[in-house]
Amino acid sequence: MSRQRFRIKEGGKIDRARRVKFRFNGWNYTGYAGDTLASALLANGVRLVGRSFKYHRPRGIYSAGPEEPNALVQLGDGGQTVPNVRATMVELTDGLSATSVNVWPSLRFDLLSINDRVSHLLPAGFYYKTFMSPAFMWPTYENWIRRSAGLGRVPEAPDPDRYDKRHVHCDVLVVGGGPAGLMAAQAAAQAGARVIIADERAQMGGQLLASSDQIGGQAGSDWAAEVTSDLATRADCEVLTRTTAALFGDHNFVVLSQRVTGHVDAPEGNHVPRERIWKVRARQVVLATGATERPLVFPDNDRPGIMLASAAGDYVHRYGVRPGRTAVVAGNNDSIYPLASDLRAAGVRVVALADARNEPSPLAEVARADGVEILTGHAVTGTKGRMRLRGVSLAPIADDGLVSGNSARRFSCDLLCVSGGFSPTAHLLSQAGGRLTFDEKRGCLVPAHIPRGIRMAGSANGTFELAAVLAEGEAAGVAAAEAVGLTTGALPEAVVDGGHGPGAVRTLWKIVADGRKTKQFVDLHNDATTADIALAAREGYRSVEHVKRYTTTGMGPDQGKLGNVNALGVLADELGRPLNDVGTTTFRPPYTPVTFGALAGRDIGALAEPVRTTPLHAWHVRTGAKFEDVGQWKRPRYYPRGGENMAQAVARECRHVRTGVGLLDASTLGKIELKGPDVGEFLNRIYSNRFDNLPVGRCRYGLMLGEDGMVFDDGVTARLAENHWYMTTTTGGAARVHEWLEDWLQCEWPDLQVFTTSVSAQWATVTLTGPNARHVLADLVEDIDLSAEKFPHLHVREARVVGLPARIFRVSFTGELSYEINVPARYGMALWQALVRAGERFDISPFGIEALHVLRAEKGYIVVGHDTDATVTPDDLGMRRIAGDKKDYLGRRSLRRSDTAQSGRRQLVGLLPEEFVPEGAQIIDGKKLKTPVPMIGHVTSSYISTTLERPIAMALIEDGRNMVGERVRIALPFDQRVVMAEVTSPVFYDPEGSRLND
Amino acid sequence: MTRYSALNLWRHSRQGHTQWPEAWGSPEPKSDYDVIIVGGGGHGLATAHYLAKNHGITNVAVLEKGWIGGGNTGRNTTILRSNYLWDESAALYELSLKLYEGLSKDLNYNIMLSQRGVINLAHTEHEMREVSRRVNAIRLNGIDSEILTPEQIKEMVPILNTGPGGRYPVLGGALQRRGGVARHDAVAWGLARAADSRGVDIIQNCEVTGFNIRSGQVEGVETTLGPISAKKVGVVVAGHAGVLADLAGFRLPIESHPLQALVSEPLKPFFNVVLMSGTVHVYLSQSDRGELVMGAGMDTYNSYAQRGSLPIIEQMLGACLELFPVLSRLKVMRMWGGIVDICPDASPIIGKTPVDNLFFNCGWGTGGFKATPGSGYVFADTIAKGEPHALAAPFSLDRFSTGALIDEHGAAAVAH
Amino acid sequence: MLLIPCPWCGARAEKEFKPGGEAGIVRPLDPDALDDAAWADYLFNRANPKGWHRERWIHALGCRRWFNVERHTATHEIRATWPMGETSPDDVERGK
Repeated sequence: MSRQRFRIKEGGKIDRARRVKFRFNGWNYTGYAGDTLASALLANGVRLVGRSFKYHRPRGIYSAGPEEPNALVQLGDGGQTVPNVRATMVELTDGLSATSVNVWPSLRFDLLSINDRVSHLLPAGFYYKTFMSPAFMWPTYENWIRRSAGLGRVPEAPDPDRYDKRHVHCDVLVVGGGPAGLMAAQAAAQAGARVIIADERAQMGGQLLASSDQIGGQAGSDWAAEVTSDLATRADCEVLTRTTAALFGDHNFVVLSQRVTGHVDAPEGNHVPRERIWKVRARQVVLATGATERPLVFPDNDRPGIMLASAAGDYVHRYGVRPGRTAVVAGNNDSIYPLASDLRAAGVRVVALADARNEPSPLAEVARADGVEILTGHAVTGTKGRMRLRGVSLAPIADDGLVSGNSARRFSCDLLCVSGGFSPTAHLLSQAGGRLTFDEKRGCLVPAHIPRGIRMAGSANGTFELAAVLAEGEAAGVAAAEAVGLTTGALPEAVVDGGHGPGAVRTLWKIVADGRKTKQFVDLHNDATTADIALAAREGYRSVEHVKRYTTTGMGPDQGKLGNVNALGVLADELGRPLNDVGTTTFRPPYTPVTFGALAGRDIGALAEPVRTTPLHAWHVRTGAKFEDVGQWKRPRYYPRGGENMAQAVARECRHVRTGVGLLDASTLGKIELKGPDVGEFLNRIYSNRFDNLPVGRCRYGLMLGEDGMVFDDGVTARLAENHWYMTTTTGGAARVHEWLEDWLQCEWPDLQVFTTSVSAQWATVTLTGPNARHVLADLVEDIDLSAEKFPHLHVREARVVGLPARIFRVSFTGELSYEINVPARYGMALWQALVRAGERFDISPFGIEALHVLRAEKGYIVVGHDTDATVTPDDLGMRRIAGDKKDYLGRRSLRRSDTAQSGRRQLVGLLPEEFVPEGAQIIDGKKLKTPVPMIGHVTSSYISTTLERPIAMALIEDGRNMVGERVRIALPFDQRVVMAEVTSPVFYDPEGSRLND
Repeated sequence: MTRYSALNLWRHSRQGHTQWPEAWGSPEPKSDYDVIIVGGGGHGLATAHYLAKNHGITNVAVLEKGWIGGGNTGRNTTILRSNYLWDESAALYELSLKLYEGLSKDLNYNIMLSQRGVINLAHTEHEMREVSRRVNAIRLNGIDSEILTPEQIKEMVPILNTGPGGRYPVLGGALQRRGGVARHDAVAWGLARAADSRGVDIIQNCEVTGFNIRSGQVEGVETTLGPISAKKVGVVVAGHAGVLADLAGFRLPIESHPLQALVSEPLKPFFNVVLMSGTVHVYLSQSDRGELVMGAGMDTYNSYAQRGSLPIIEQMLGACLELFPVLSRLKVMRMWGGIVDICPDASPIIGKTPVDNLFFNCGWGTGGFKATPGSGYVFADTIAKGEPHALAAPFSLDRFSTGALIDEHGAAAVAH
Repeated sequence: MLLIPCPWCGARAEKEFKPGGEAGIVRPLDPDALDDAAWADYLFNRANPKGWHRERWIHALGCRRWFNVERHTATHEIRATWPMGETSPDDVERGK
């Protein structure tokens, strides 16, 4: 265990009373509560933390925030490991263990660093130009490319954690808890607005935590803490730390991602989610998202020990860590001067400060007084040191970025702090449809178009001086509150000390130095260099998007947060055009990566999709039924007895129905009640056949077509009373049909007096079927005469069954005498059990949908969606008689279109195959199986018929009805053979229907 | 044209890669062309390439309103397959897959075709039936396709959850081994370079704002760079076909919708096929860079905004975790949307229009990338000869009047 | 995610709604009077503008009523919603 050699004796927002042990790449270290993994590593003097994506160059911690390009680690081991975590965003917890990603065999000795040696053969897009011959070698090359790409490893065990979602509305959402955001939230809250303020870091305060700036005579961080605690006490204000605004959607819909666990003070317990997604609908949004410091582009600008200047300030002030022993500070703006002083105060020797600007800054005096050597008009022209930085060269530079003369001076150092200016963090603005424009003076892209309902404040708006930032934050909060109809007074004025901002920036996109052997990285994540951009431009990839895609600039895990603006600048220089002409790439969501699990939330596993069960489900489970997923429903497929397999159980269940009596849970059927004087007329238009003439007490099979003439549902509809109808639909079609009815009623025929109600779940439906069905029911039913004369087929009766109010339909899908008994859902189980008991002496058996399918196929009854797809007309099914021309109905006109009306279309027929054939098998024309084989149809349903003791099938075959009696070939291409089958009528059993009319 | 090869790469490395020529030029538009192709996406560039290569028509301009390959070509999930149910679709997509198989060589540009196999999962008996129907038909059409058992699928995709705990079991699936992915940008760039080398003018940042039509015949286009005459005009503008048809004065049976996709952060290889599931609704593959690439359904309202709604993303990730519970801690790095032009039967429209010499190729819906070379091949032939190519003929606009739709919706396992 | 003002229930999240395509398509009173092309126009051809678009939505997980929406297909801005069978606020203003 090493000492924290780089920890400053005092200061920082860490809790020195709480030591935290952690491991990195197998070594043990100690840090403090409040550290990030990055700050703790720096405190322990760890400089080398990772390897780069392409060239596997040694890399160190570069930033202190979500833009970190180098310090990507694999967190934890085994099943709960998390890949690609930024060490700068991981809060230290006891026992935390992390390893560097994308190194092999180890971080210090990485074999793939050979890529750096042969990098001259690997320019941007090299893979487009090579690996083409011999063609058979490409999979081998590709395998090699794949294995060397990628970063972290995928976990191997399921995630034990849970994730939550919250839906919230607010008046004002403030994104960013820096000075501007806090002021905005305060102003809006004071006006009485419902406010949410979110910040991605563990503490509110933003840059105030990383500087010595003062507000109102106190430290900026104390001011931030005060404002935060004031906000937190307000009932209508939600203060969210560790919460990133990831996505800005339509109509001020913002997705926040909150890290609930993963820090020392995290709540514990099974109910605590790992992360929570907040789906916020805000009437007004204030984006106080701050700015990201830009790197400088110079030769070998990626060595471990090179770091953003603001990050160095962060480590000193927030974490009490010296990021190095001896530093050089280089930049193109004022922000480097206070940093030099801060570093000195922290015990870092600052040997030189290189300001690219020729004019000395007004802030220079303080630094100079501190003994820092200040070199104006100078920039970094080279660096030394492989595993860590050992020295830098500084040289004067001319206006075009060229190094003038041979006047470079070398400085030994282990830390180089760089500042290339600040880029407003405008991701959310861009996602919301805002636009940016390049501002020469401020040296950054600033908002040019801000959509309604959004306000920008602070450095996100290109405003960097603290006093102005606070004023702008307040103004944004006031304006947002006013926009939602609230008024507010002014906040007490805050006097600021410090916070000068970057001042005038000298944009210098790259240093042009002799660099055959050096690389100037524009995108540290993806190892894209200035040479890559130049190559892209030379080869014609000149649109920003082409450059991005060709060089992969901005496509790494930081999505261009660090490199994009520099890349634009380099490209603009390369093309000799102003930056605004070059344009920007779009910022795509999320702002920072969001966990899959969090976005999926609770809707996974058993809750991925609702499971629907019938009122009789418990009975089926108890009886050992095997279930089948039908849409969301769990339906009993068969009920094996003893050691029966499916075929045996189904055969037995079929026999029960054909020779005795069987019982089916048909509760999943779609059921719709229709009331009103115009239902008859309405159904005439909805169904292809006529319904207005259906007498009360009768029911009728109907076919529904889409307006394109294709069959889309079927079912039986009954007339219970003059103005009261009851429609059944297919199980899968229930919701669709109800929507269909309402669509036509509301939008096309509002004059019809019809009311529809979906009652699918209100009724349990039990089908009692078989020659003994009447005997079973007779003992249980009151009030009605069950005889065929008094209650014939296709009639409906309301009656009491074992005392339960029931609607009984005489309809049959098995071909046997059948009663479909509907009772209110809560009585379903009572009815079912009564029927089972009453049926005992007839050896009644429940049967599942598999047996039902065999039975219905024996009768030639279709199942819509099984024997049909979206291309089948009533005539194709042989149902022209119920889809005539006597009245108009939906879809009728389409049946007359030339192709739809032609003869010889694929028509439904029966097949008697010589052996069982799988459903989906194709019927072919000709004898040969030499491809392409002409196909004339396919098998839609295929079963072993227990009743006929042979395989039967239904099929759609071209001109099939004219082929009855002929033999056709069914191809089994996997077995390279055909099965012969005789074409028949689809009705295999009891064609005259005497059994169901019994 | 400087050939691309390892040897030339080495040669150029000695000059610091400073001597590579342009992959394609940036000419000013001429005043007239034999053929103007509107739309510099993959399909448009392929059309120009085959017009030049197969028909010797090189006085051609490709007009692109933005940057080439910037529409759906650069926004899709790069899946290639030809396992379509209906004969008409199978023939067209198989032509395309075959062209893809030779495309790197044909273009001398590595499109990084990776035929790692496409698996369609079946989670219900209904889907198994559809798998059987499709695989049988596809095989008989001479296209590779097989049915997999859950065990075979588990062997190919070990991290797939085929066990209990999921909402839906995996009952089996269909596999097309020749299916896979390709680098989408490379397809556009390679086609552009090849077309350019044969004399085609590729003109970017040139938006077509109108058609010059005289007595029912197109004579050229109006553009943001001025009018340009042409004997024939072919329009291939996925995501904007309706807008262009409107400019030409007719209506299309097309609606434009956002289709979203996303990628994870890069990971070491863990998943080596393309996997699709219709029931839980997601399709996934892992790119050569290591990102998990994912797509699902489209937003059902009309939009040209190139962004979609969150519920689609939430559903997509739920579906992903249903199949791969171990991926829960991965992170979404980037999400985006494209605009897809959807026909009522989910099949494209290729061929003549009510305006003479004006040809449209559109309505590829969610499946255009895999059709890129095939679409260009038949469209070039159609434009060159003035009559639909045999494989394009069934996809004519008048099928919506006759009713001879090619309905891939009905049995489509998943948005493709 | 859109925020859609249902004329009956007020503004609700998109997830509660389903779109129904172009508004104002009237089913021909006498389909037989149309030739195949005209019938196909009714059946399949749709306005698909990049810009303001009048479309139907149903508040499927709310009041289950269909209504009309005028929405911009490039910005997704919603300008007006009005009940089925009524005139759009715009047209009322213009005296249509």
